[in-house]
Amino acid sequence: MSGGVDSSVAATLLTHAGYEVVGAMLRLWSAATEGNDNRCCPPEAVASARQVASEIKIPFYVIDAQDEFYRQVIQDFIQCHTRGLTPNPCVLCNRVLRWGFLLQQAQQMKIDFIATGHYAKVVSLNNQKYELHRGVDQEKDQSYVLSMLNQDQLAHTIFPLGGMHKKEVRELARQCSLHVADRPDSQDLCFLGDKDFRGFLERYASQLLQPGSIIDLNGQKMGEHQGLVFFTIGQRKGLRISHGKPLYVIKKDLVDNNLIVGTMEQLGQTELVADQVNWISGAVPEREFRAQVKIRYKAEFAWAMIFPMPDEKFKAIFDQPLRDITPGQYAVLYSGDSVIGGGVIL
Amino acid sequence: MIPNKNVYLDYAATTPVDPRVIAKMLPYFSEVFGNPSSVHFYGQQAEAALEHARKIIADAIQARQDEIIFTGCGTESDNLAVRGVALARRKEQGTSQILISPVEHYAVSHTANQLADEFGFKVDYLPVDKYGRVDPADVEAYLQPNTALVSVVYANNEIGSINPISEIGKVCRKHNVPFHTDAVQGAAYLLMNVTRDQVDLLSICGHKLYGPKGVGALYVRHGQTIHPVQTGGKQEIGIRAGTHNVPNIVGMAEALLLAQVELSERTRKLTEIRDYLIKNVLEKIPECHLTGHPSIRLPNHASFVFGGVDGNHLLMMLDMAGFSCSSGSACKSGSPKPSDILLAIGIPLNWALGSLRVTLGLDTTMEQIDSFLQVLPKLVEKAKK
Repeated sequence: MSGGVDSSVAATLLTHAGYEVVGAMLRLWSAATEGNDNRCCPPEAVASARQVASEIKIPFYVIDAQDEFYRQVIQDFIQCHTRGLTPNPCVLCNRVLRWGFLLQQAQQMKIDFIATGHYAKVVSLNNQKYELHRGVDQEKDQSYVLSMLNQDQLAHTIFPLGGMHKKEVRELARQCSLHVADRPDSQDLCFLGDKDFRGFLERYASQLLQPGSIIDLNGQKMGEHQGLVFFTIGQRKGLRISHGKPLYVIKKDLVDNNLIVGTMEQLGQTELVADQVNWISGAVPEREFRAQVKIRYKAEFAWAMIFPMPDEKFKAIFDQPLRDITPGQYAVLYSGDSVIGGGVIL
Repeated sequence: MIPNKNVYLDYAATTPVDPRVIAKMLPYFSEVFGNPSSVHFYGQQAEAALEHARKIIADAIQARQDEIIFTGCGTESDNLAVRGVALARRKEQGTSQILISPVEHYAVSHTANQLADEFGFKVDYLPVDKYGRVDPADVEAYLQPNTALVSVVYANNEIGSINPISEIGKVCRKHNVPFHTDAVQGAAYLLMNVTRDQVDLLSICGHKLYGPKGVGALYVRHGQTIHPVQTGGKQEIGIRAGTHNVPNIVGMAEALLLAQVELSERTRKLTEIRDYLIKNVLEKIPECHLTGHPSIRLPNHASFVFGGVDGNHLLMMLDMAGFSCSSGSACKSGSPKPSDILLAIGIPLNWALGSLRVTLGLDTTMEQIDSFLQVLPKLVEKAKK
């Protein structure tokens, strides 16, 4: 539970369906704000979740996972930025914290499933093999961030909202008189309070705040940047260079700390290689196949030919060039509504 | 879903109100409902009940009636004692040091800390032994001409140890330094004699002794100056303003009376179950240590630390398995911060994070403890990090 409307309605639906439900919230991060090192994950979110639990009459526990979160998610986040990658910590967190640490704790308490308010579906063929499908609400579909789950994890998962649209979920919350019905959705990374990326870096990775030069593909200096970490491939905002045509980030040169920019025409790649690939079915496909690929959580689907490779990799060759293939992000493969797998873009 | 089936083993956190106490309280909600400060008949009736309750409490601790101040809870009593006396003493004598044990309840230590951080006082900590007890000789050694107040808890809520209040009182009286003791946990099972023990201030509250929540009292020795913390009307001789919660005060008095009348029977029964519990836990579970003094401890109190265990995880699993306990320190948010008290008595961090407090009550049975003992060892194992 997060204190938000999705997980609240998910919990409610499960109680209606006759499951014995226990509400849990992971305490992942304690932002040190103004010397108040004791602040829990937004106390107000905890209070909201606690209130929902009492409204639907289920037990509720806050489980501390700060050490795990720091070791497995935050350190990876910082490392990725150090290597010039743009990480997606949510995908990792789902795999190692929610469906790792939390699932283990649940199983120790003889709890059979974990459920969340994600807009996605687990589809089972005879309770033997499991598939991960998109949620019916295309706008809200969150199958992307769940693409690194394996068969065992999916076997122990329920997504009650997979067949619903956000509007229906809110309506149901209102009908059940849940106080969260009109609570706005959260948008930021959970550990960056107030979108304060710079503040986070200053505290935890100040070595990444190295100003440097912005250059074009010919090595010509165009301007200055305050840290490669603030930029991602294909980004246009924040360059602060006036030039005839709009400029975009093409790549990052970590060695000389240069940010390389170019015009729209100079962007664009037709292939990527993904690493640490998770095949949802558990088996590496035997031959190449076509799939729709999302290279970011909010990207459009792009058709590509997928070539499975050894060492947990695949190569994707796109029909059309893409502007913003970003190392560190996940490339997630879809066949229709079904997630085939995903991996980290090299 | 689960709560009704659970065995309650957290009596140190709070207790259910005794039906006899409820019966005593009932008339004061709708029949004798007046404000004791009112001049009229209704006020007089209510005042009579209030003063009767005050007498009961005064007698229970061998104090004078005019030495009992009613408050809203134990924490408020502690706040009033520490802040009220510190400020009064500085004003009158210029003393600005506060001497407390490192194992006080936050109501005492955080109040003292605030006085240090924002009001120019200095807080010093008395040493404690490995059971968290204070040696009166240390009090004598640590007292200074600048000491405004000494505060040492009667019986510790986290580790159960009982302090030698009488000897400490004697030392403080010899040096004319006010001595406050937080008897919020102790009052349920220990006799108090503030005159004999030379105690100047003593805090109690209702809900730890089968009385209602939201009511407390502070004994303030006649002649002890104290600066009011809650100001307003003239109730409680101007020391603590606010309309009296008569039903609650009546309830607290009745609960304290019952606690004293039934003291030996309650103590005997609880001590037997407590010792059985402690013996079995220490025998059945490896890497387990009893915190607090083995015998000079509250009769209903058992507290342990387990090496390498996640205390919060253990509590959750115990709750899910039907046993509601506490660790004496973890807040509900599941914060992994270890208890200051455990660290102060020298428990290493890895053990302090695996604390479990099991406190018994009048409804606790041997059968419940046997069931608990069946379940505990494997959950401790599962909770290992």
